Formats: sequence, structure tokens, C-alpha cells
Amino acid sequence: MSFIDFHQVSKRFGDNVVLDDLSFGVANGERVTLIGPSGSGKTTILRMLMTLTKPDSGTIAIDDEYLWHERRGDELVPAGEAHTRKVRSRVTMVFQQFNLFPNMKVLRNITEAPVHVLGTPKDEAEARARDLLEMVGLQSKADFYPSQLSGGQQQRVAIARALAVEPDILLLDEVTSALDPEIAAEVLDVLRDVAKTSDVTMLLVTHAMRFARDVSNRVLMFNEGKIIEDAPPEQMFNEPQHERTRGFLRSVLEEV
Amino acid sequence: MNFDWNYALDILPLLLDGLLTALIATVVGYVAALVLGLVFALARRSSKRWICLPVGFFVEFIRGTPLLIQLFFLFFVLPQLGLALSPLAAGIVGLGLHYATYTSEVYRAGIEGVPPGQWDAAVALHLPRRRVWTSVILPQAVPRSIPALTNYSIALFKDVPQLVAITVAEPFTVGRAIIAETFRPFEPITMAGLLYLAVALVLSYLGRIVERRYKGMATA
Ligand SMILES: Nc1ncnc2c1ncn2[C@@H]1O[C@H](COP(=O)(O)OP(=O)(O)OP(=O)(O)O)[C@@H](O)[C@H]1O
Ligand SMILES: [Mg+2]
Repeated sequence: MSFIDFHQVSKRFGDNVVLDDLSFGVANGERVTLIGPSGSGKTTILRMLMTLTKPDSGTIAIDDEYLWHERRGDELVPAGEAHTRKVRSRVTMVFQQFNLFPNMKVLRNITEAPVHVLGTPKDEAEARARDLLEMVGLQSKADFYPSQLSGGQQQRVAIARALAVEPDILLLDEVTSALDPEIAAEVLDVLRDVAKTSDVTMLLVTHAMRFARDVSNRVLMFNEGKIIEDAPPEQMFNEPQHERTRGFLRSVLEEV
Repeated sequence: MNFDWNYALDILPLLLDGLLTALIATVVGYVAALVLGLVFALARRSSKRWICLPVGFFVEFIRGTPLLIQLFFLFFVLPQLGLALSPLAAGIVGLGLHYATYTSEVYRAGIEGVPPGQWDAAVALHLPRRRVWTSVILPQAVPRSIPALTNYSIALFKDVPQLVAITVAEPFTVGRAIIAETFRPFEPITMAGLLYLAVALVLSYLGRIVERRYKGMATA
């Protein structure tokens, strides 16, 4: 079984079949970009890994532990909440809309989870939070409220906040789509840095193709709930095999 | 008919005592409504059916029946079941329970007003459920509920005269006792009404200040 393992996962919303018997794996430390047209299920995949959405059938495992199932003898039974919590504690996610907590200052946004989940002493968590803020270039904003920051700054705080939980797997869902291009570039620089300096496994959905090429070592092309192409970025972007991929890449590159 | 100022001055202390009782019923009943309403709102969101279903039924039942009947039940029927309350205690419990069903709706709206992304982020940060409520959801939901909650303090106060029915010594009950002795209803009833009006005006004024202070927060 791969480090991250989707096995025959299906998901529908009403009549809309979003994922159809999908299986794929991601190795530890891999950086995988998910591309594909709108509605092809990319967000759904990330949300499932974060346990924000539950699959209708199939299994998802992280490092041999199932997210929604527990082993009992030879059988798989539905997991209790404690089990799901334990498995997902290795995963975190950064969202398109930042989702910072508006009632907390920047520093507490970052220390909230270390202090109340990991049990890190407060001063230690704050010191680490300040280091993370420095890494994202916002050390001067520790005592600001999120509403006092620009979108790009908020997203960089959100990245720092996600890293503070010391994840093994970092999910990034179109983290720059709500931002102007120049601002987006700053955020992407931060993420390049993260990719370079850590060995966290990354799954990212992005329309920033050059960024995807720089940071990922694998690209998955989704179409109608299936993976239709799975290749290293050079191959995916330079010589896509599938007609749908070619059409999709052409339309994305025209947009920019 | 002339307003007899001497008579009025004589009975004023009694009526003010009554007003104090009315204010105690209002404050204690309102605090109870604020706390219980939050408990109801949270219980109704519980994923455990044995919590959310009975609480939901109870809340709908209380909201759907008149306060007066609940007061009668608390004061006249409950003692037969072995729980005797003083008039004021029964009044406070009645007001608190009744208004808790309204405040619980206000909290519910406030909680639903918190964007879903906040819940998502709380999951992504692995926050324990209790912590999600205390540090993420309620700090956002409660401030945006405050203007509507303030309005219920005024509504509750205006329902205090209903406690006459269970002999709580609020101004109208006091007034009726005075009339029974003097047979002169004009001054006591007018004064009791004016006392209520004065407090209601002060409360609405405070309510407007609170509303202005928190309006910005609801949209922030
Ligand atoms: N909670 C939901 N209820 C109903 N339908 C949903 C829900 N979430 C997603 N969908 C549907 O599932 C499909 C896949 O959605 P998803 O968000 O995974 O696509 P996506 O590949 O991320 O698209 P985009 O590029 O637009 O973000 C879409 O048709 C969407 O409308
Ligand atoms: Mg999406």
C-alpha cells in the first residue's frame, strides 16, 4: 500500500457522480499536483483526505491506517471518531479562502493548535510561531487581526498556521486563486520555500502551471472523476498523451 | 378626575418595592434565558439523537404555548407534583425558560452565520470539538447575536406584569393590594404603568447603544 492510498473510492452528490471507483497512491515525500477542469473532483479528493467529505465507498489510508475504517481481526469496520482523528492528525490543509480565525490575532491563529492539540507550552509555541511568521515574511504582523491584513498576507499566515501543526501531509487547494497575480507570486514563493526546506508530502490543486512544474514531481490529470493521465511535470506539460489533457492545458495557458 | 399627589406620594414606596421585584425577575430571568438558550442551541446541534430530539421537542413546546399557562403550571401544578416554588421563583423560572426558547433561536442563527470555512479550518488544525466551540465558533457567533438578544431583555421585562397571575409582588400586584384597601384605582394603576414605561424606555435606549456597538461586528 502506498503512503497515501485511495482504493476504489466513489463519491456522488445526488445524481452527480464526482469520483468513480478511483484508485491511486502517493509516496511519502512526493509532491503531487492535481489538475483538471472545474468540477472534475480535485477539491473533493483533498477534502476527503482532510476528512471534510466522506466517501460513499472505497477506502482511503495514510501510512497503512484507514481514515474511515478500523481493522478488527481480518475485517474492516467503520472507524470510531477517535481513530479518524488520530489518522487525520498527520494531515493539514490550506484553503482558497484562507479561513483564518477572525476573532484571534495572527499569533494566536498559529499557536492555537500547537497549544491545544499538541500540548506545546505557550511560550515555546509562540517562539515557533514567530519563526514561522518570519519564514513567510510577516514577523511584524503577529499582533494584527486577520481583517487588518491583505489577502496575500492572510494566506501566508494560513500557511504558517498549517505548518505549525507539524503535518506529514500538506494539502493546498487553489491557495492563490483568490489573489491578484503579483500577490499570488509572493505566496507561491513561500510555498517553493516550504517545498525546498521540508520533506512534507504535498498534494496541491493549482492553476499556476509554472509553479506546479517547479515544485511537483508528479502531475495527475483528472477528468470526470477519473485520472486520465499520470506523469512527471515535464512530460505532462510538454508532451501530454491524452487529447483531453492537451485541450485542458491549452485553455489554462490561454487564461494566463 | 384629579391626580391626588399626596395619595401618590404615600403609595410610591410600595410601588417602588414592586418595581424592584420586577427588576429582579427581569435580570435573573434574563440571565437564565441567556445561559439556558445557549445550552438549548448547543443541545439541538448535538449529533446524539437522544439529546437533540427531546430538547428540540421541549423547546418547540415551550415556544408554542403561552407564558401564562407555563406560569400557572409552575406555580399551581408543580407543587402537587412535590415541587413548591415561591411566586418569585416560579416567575423567574417561567420567564427564563420561556425566553430561553427565543434566545436559543438567536444563538442558532448566530452559529449558522459562522462561515463553513471556519469549521473546515478547525478540522484541518485538529482542534478538539470543545475547543472548536469555545475558541472559534462561539466567539464569532455570540457577538453577532447580541443585538437580537438585547431586544429580548426588553420583551421579557414587558412580560413581567403577567406574574400578577401567580401573585408575584410586582407593581400591578402591589397596586391591586392598595386598591383593595383604598378603592382608589386611578393613581396606583397609572403609576405602575408609568414605572414600567420608564424602565422600558431606559432599556430600549441601552439596547440601541448596544446595537450600534455590535452592528459593525456582525458584518466584520
Ligand atoms: N457539498 C456538495 N454538494 C453537492 N455537490 C457538490 C458538493 N461539493 C462538490 N460538489 C460537486 O462535485 C463536483 C466536484 O467538485 P470539486 O469541488 O471536487 O471539483 P474541482 O475539481 O475542485 O473543481 P474546481 O476547479 O471548480 O474547484 C462538482 O460538480 C460540484 O458541484
Ligand atoms: Mg476545487
